[in-house]
Amino acid sequence: MPEFRPKIVAFCCHYCAYAAADLAGSMRLQYSPDIRIVEMPCSGTIDARVILKAFEEGADGVYVAACLEGDCHFLKGNYRAKKRVKYVKDLLEQIGFESERLQFYNLSAAMGPRFAEIANEMTERIKALGPSPLNKKYKQEKTKPKPKEEGEQQ
Amino acid sequence: MIVAEQKPITEIAELIKDCKKVLLVGCGTCVTVCLSGGEKETEIMASALRIMREQEGNPIEIKTTTLVRQCDPEYIEELADSIKDADAVVSLACGVGVQYIAERYMDKWVIPAQNTKFAGGALEHGIWEERCALCGECILHLTGGICPIIRCSKSILNGPCGGSQYGKCEIDKNIPCAWQLIYDKMAALGRLEEMMTYQPAKDWSKYRDGGPRKVVREDVIIE
Repeated sequence: MPEFRPKIVAFCCHYCAYAAADLAGSMRLQYSPDIRIVEMPCSGTIDARVILKAFEEGADGVYVAACLEGDCHFLKGNYRAKKRVKYVKDLLEQIGFESERLQFYNLSAAMGPRFAEIANEMTERIKALGPSPLNKKYKQEKTKPKPKEEGEQQ
Repeated sequence: MIVAEQKPITEIAELIKDCKKVLLVGCGTCVTVCLSGGEKETEIMASALRIMREQEGNPIEIKTTTLVRQCDPEYIEELADSIKDADAVVSLACGVGVQYIAERYMDKWVIPAQNTKFAGGALEHGIWEERCALCGECILHLTGGICPIIRCSKSILNGPCGGSQYGKCEIDKNIPCAWQLIYDKMAALGRLEEMMTYQPAKDWSKYRDGGPRKVVREDVIIE
């Protein structure tokens, strides 16, 4: 089986994490290429449906990156996002899906290195957990019959 | 509005464990407002159930739709096509919606996704409180707009009782004594003397005790 390269969706607030990603780029910081960034106008716009949809489509991990507490451009969006992520984590627990695959982070636009650290941290976490049970690519490889070894009798 | 609360997702999953195709039906009125059975909650539940079944290696096909309301036959009719190949229907409406779908589609197994709680309102976003007992004979004009039937733990008509302590009900210090609230309101209105009028026992036959109820308005019936 090839090395497991997780698919991680990062929902990033325009005012902090997305700008921090920009900064990480300007600083030429190396970070995990396994994250897919989705820009949001505010982390408070995150919706349980979108997170669940990402998992349904086979994402191995999802995280929401919001502004530092007290620093939301819209005052309370990050607190709301935190509560919503907790709600989805609880729901995932109830349905027997590893809730560690969903995380919530706070950072500011000036924290480029922290952005890279989070991306790496999340990738390591998901690599340790292995592919999501809904990741079709790895599911198929798991169920695919093993190629017969040379000399093996038919 | 009717306030309802979703059943645990595992309970719903257990009820549909033998089904391969399920239709989830949300309702666009009360349960949308109390955030338990509208379009959004219906889609969340569908996603959760699909993820649950997928990881069990027993995938399920779930379709979702949200009707304007489930307590009117004309809207239930809209399910005629989508319901055809469903092994079961999960209704996210109150108990009324579940029954309307079950009655209209006799060959379909309809499952309630909610526990219907009470008729009430929102105290703030995310907190709902019971305000009407649906007793069938309103007496709010006698009590300053505060209902002793539902807000008094004993539903007494000539209160308060001896359990009223510092404005709170004896059953819980977080529950205000309805009769204290009535007293304060009547005092503010300058109508305290009206509280001296003895209220006779309530006619409970107009409530559920008189059997299932019906309201008929001949003038609006379309023939």
